[in-house]
Amino acid sequence: MATTPLKDLAKTIRSKNAGVDKITFDVIFTDRTIYEAVRDGDDLTRERIQRLYNVTPQRITDFVAFDPAMAIKFTICRDRPSGSPGDPDILGAQQYAPLLDLPVRID
Amino acid sequence: MSIVKIICPNGHLGFAPLKPESFQLGVEAGPDAIAADSGSDDVGPVPLGSDTCASPRAWQTYDLEQMLLAARRLNVPMIIGSAGDTGSDSRVQMYCEIIGDLARKHDLAPFRLGWFTSEIERERVRSAIRAGEPVEGLDGRPPLDEAELDATDRIVAVAGVHPYLELLQKGADVIIGGRSSDCVVFAAPALFKGACESDAYYLGKVLECASFCAEPYGAKETVLGRIEEDGVHVTAMHPDQRCTIASVAGHAMYERSNPFLEHVAGGVLDMSHCHYEQLTEKTTRVTGQVFRASEQVRVKLEGAGKVGERYVGLVGIRDPYTIAHVDEVIAWARRQVVERFGKEGWELHYSVYGQNGVMGAMEPTATPAHELCILVQGLAPTAEIAEEVAMIGTRQMFYARLPDVKGTAGSVAFPLDEVMRASPGYRWTLNHTMAVDDALELFPTHIATVGG
Repeated sequence: MATTPLKDLAKTIRSKNAGVDKITFDVIFTDRTIYEAVRDGDDLTRERIQRLYNVTPQRITDFVAFDPAMAIKFTICRDRPSGSPGDPDILGAQQYAPLLDLPVRID
Repeated sequence: MSIVKIICPNGHLGFAPLKPESFQLGVEAGPDAIAADSGSDDVGPVPLGSDTCASPRAWQTYDLEQMLLAARRLNVPMIIGSAGDTGSDSRVQMYCEIIGDLARKHDLAPFRLGWFTSEIERERVRSAIRAGEPVEGLDGRPPLDEAELDATDRIVAVAGVHPYLELLQKGADVIIGGRSSDCVVFAAPALFKGACESDAYYLGKVLECASFCAEPYGAKETVLGRIEEDGVHVTAMHPDQRCTIASVAGHAMYERSNPFLEHVAGGVLDMSHCHYEQLTEKTTRVTGQVFRASEQVRVKLEGAGKVGERYVGLVGIRDPYTIAHVDEVIAWARRQVVERFGKEGWELHYSVYGQNGVMGAMEPTATPAHELCILVQGLAPTAEIAEEVAMIGTRQMFYARLPDVKGTAGSVAFPLDEVMRASPGYRWTLNHTMAVDDALELFPTHIATVGG
């Protein structure tokens, strides 16, 4: 089956600090049919994110679909608190990039 | 007739200036209060640890001036939370001084300035630990121990609505708050006007970042929130922005690990059953939010501790062989620091841009770029040692001993022949909660007459 990069399906793909110990990711759609297909599909799941970001299952603290906003949202624990020496992204704002080209199957 | 009407002109006031056009439209709508949050832990631990601002005083003063003049003209409360990025005592004092200066500059009639502080002594936290009242960790952190407490330079407690309500009840016209939950800056005046808790806290949640709850995207524009008998109504003030179901619901999940729960001192706002309805082009109504008061008040504590003085260096690499072996280059330089200073008492950090500089271990791309830039950070208890750690960590990359390198005159390129002093390194030591018997205990309030 053909796949589409996530960036061609979602309006917004972003990451940002959620407190000092976590980074949260939002994937927001504008088309309810597409949103529901991705939400109910196998390509944007907790397990897929765990592999993509090479993190242990415990580090993904939340993975939820938020229907009113047509959004899929997940949160990853940082390996050290934001802004500690050596942390390269104090605001957590550039961690979404690998999601852009995530291949998604849409019927 | 609205129960209460509040405008928010800016989220994290001072970090960038408010936009005056939509603010004036908001003021003309006749709000019952003008409020903004001015703090964030997004700026990292350095401002709290070193007791400095992340925002320029000129921008802070500009926004405070706009809000003060409008609030005094309308004779409604002006409320600022988390003064000066961190809400530390010195930042509260600084904002109060700015308000005093502005009152004199504009020859304002006398008004009542209320303020409260949020900083707490380490000993207050230690007494809780020793009394067997665990200072619980948030986000997977273990309970606080005394070693981590001793590594902390400054602690702020995060206030709920309580000190704001007390100051409103005492007749404050302007309130400068210490560290606070963002939403309580709006929830407190709504409660003061008789709104129910569920709507008051939701109003605060939706207004706290101003136009981030509107679309199209455009920060620092004013948004108006109203509590009516039939729910919370939120309206964009900028002529080209709208508050839509998508933008308002979308904001509910901004900067938070899940979109359903917002914890504050004294309870939790549950947005699981929120219902969003587009009333007009620019206004969305929200119903179904529920606030549940907690039996015990637990106050969030934020603390930052110094890691060391810091110097930074920059290095470039273009040779593909050296790029392929950059980890060995770094290991070589690190060994030279160990030989000079031993294994402990310093830190050396490398961010390898072109390989995984932005994402570190979470980077999925294995192939490096054709050139690398490496940020080297050296930290140590004294500036002298930190400078030498950074210098060895940077310069020794030039002398890395790779077996098959062709370029034996030097392994890396230096854009600068120096290491530069940076702000000291700090880290977030506290992200915890502590129980209190009295929600006002950690937040002493004060009030004085200003102007005239």
